Amino acid sequence: MLESTLHTGTISAADAEQTVVAPPETSSRRMTLNMGPQHPSTHGVLRVVLELDGETIVTAIPDIGFLHTGIEKECEVKTWQQVVTLTDRVDYLANLSNNLVYALAVEKLIGDIEIPPRAQWMRVMMAEFSRLNSHLVWLGTHALDIGAMSVFFYCFREREDILRILEMFSGQRMMTSYIRIGGLALEPPRGWQHVVGKFIRAFPSKVDEYEELLDTNPIWTRRTQGVGIAPLENLLDLGVTGPMIRAAGVKWDIRKAEPYSSYDKFDFEICTRTENDVFARYRVRLGEMRQSARIITQALEGMPEGAWQADAPKIVLPEREKMKTQMEALIYHFKIVTEGFRVPAGEVYQAVESPRGEIGYYVVSDGTSKPYRVFMRTPSFGNLQALPALLEGRLLADSIAALGSMDFVLGDVDR
Amino acid sequence: MLPDQLKEDSVAAALEARFPDAITGGHAERGEQTLFILPARIVEVCRFLKDEQAFLRLSGITAVDWHPADPRFEVVYLLHSLDRNKRFRLKCWVAESECEIDSVTGVWRSANWYEREVFDMFGVTFRGHPDLRRILMPSDWEGHPLRKDFPVHGYKYSYQDE
Repeated sequence: MLESTLHTGTISAADAEQTVVAPPETSSRRMTLNMGPQHPSTHGVLRVVLELDGETIVTAIPDIGFLHTGIEKECEVKTWQQVVTLTDRVDYLANLSNNLVYALAVEKLIGDIEIPPRAQWMRVMMAEFSRLNSHLVWLGTHALDIGAMSVFFYCFREREDILRILEMFSGQRMMTSYIRIGGLALEPPRGWQHVVGKFIRAFPSKVDEYEELLDTNPIWTRRTQGVGIAPLENLLDLGVTGPMIRAAGVKWDIRKAEPYSSYDKFDFEICTRTENDVFARYRVRLGEMRQSARIITQALEGMPEGAWQADAPKIVLPEREKMKTQMEALIYHFKIVTEGFRVPAGEVYQAVESPRGEIGYYVVSDGTSKPYRVFMRTPSFGNLQALPALLEGRLLADSIAALGSMDFVLGDVDR
Repeated sequence: MLPDQLKEDSVAAALEARFPDAITGGHAERGEQTLFILPARIVEVCRFLKDEQAFLRLSGITAVDWHPADPRFEVVYLLHSLDRNKRFRLKCWVAESECEIDSVTGVWRSANWYEREVFDMFGVTFRGHPDLRRILMPSDWEGHPLRKDFPVHGYKYSYQDE
């Protein structure tokens, strides 16, 4: 087995830039294979330059940036509240986690703003829905990659229900922008308890269904067990977070380690495994789906009453009714919509646990109504860096399973 | 010199004891600790934090452009320790005339892509980086997009052309 190294393989990085590379003279068996950017199993536009010796991958060089849209640059010309819509588009499968981390970061910068308990709990519930959504898409497409097609349909059936719930809350299926600085975008709709309750009571048995479909499938178990292993030290050193390292035995979850948005009031467990292979990552994510369902049930049963937005007239838009009757509310509305609110100068780094791992926003303010700098530490970017460590020295046929088990979103990598 | 608000912090105190002349300042605001380090000493400081202070993880490296100030760039290192459940931030000022700093890829391998990103977006070069080339922008791109003097719509494209 080859020790994976950074870029010390037999093809240089400059060669990887070229689409066609002449085979190295030392071995006539070696060939270079371009995987992507349009390969269906890369789930987006990722290009991996593979150097093969027969069926074995000698070097793998990921080439990213095809989906780069300059979101960090665009943040600098939008007002603080407008940036929320951009954060949706970073990780489009877990947009509520992105909304949440940005809102938390800016609220930390503002300092004297208190988010009412109802909004905090609602944020937790929505973030867990987005975790379920993301894990369902991952499980469905990953099983599809490996050849188990029916799981895909089962997962997307439940995902559709979740998207309907998100639509009910925010008016949008995917780009929800539901979590805003100072609370939520809209009041929770009437009768949401009924819809969420109906879904969440049925959901745990659905997870059992996926489990049964896959665990009793000999092809699935043989293609995932013992595949995609890399030493834990390497994974940590390469910046991997989330289910990837929990499947290697690290009991670290930011929801527990640095609780935010009243996660400390919820009772749930961190799912870990020790095998560190594709199968272990699948089991960890299945476990997380069950834990998310637990959290949503607790949020549903114990949802506090009260305001869903902070009492901060300079930051939160006034109610429509007040705007029409009170001069002050009208002035605030005009100020917020035209100029935006000012955030005290300073800098914060806020991290939350997204479905993929640590998502952290480093936000710098210079005291104006627009962010001075927003750096998005995205989990997919950090995880993808470990791709050569998972692929090099393994069989080409296993590359799809290993790649899929990382669960990256290319929008999250390239921003 | 260690500022008063950081005297209580164990990491800052350990750094002060070990590298008294490498620290140029720092602050602890909103519960987050930041230390300014001399750019020439960054690698040994990082190695000390990783090996002896259990900061096994590097969450990320980024930069902030304070154009037109001099020194212009602030390179930010976001460190995290799993064992101590603690985050810590290091910063280095890099002048535009020099625009170079030592690479910490030898300390954490995850620094590789983050330094490439900073190079791509800000044009700060990292000495000793194994593979310093653009990561997100095309390889023939001109300029560094996250610099403050880089227009949002780019140099070449203008809405008026349409």
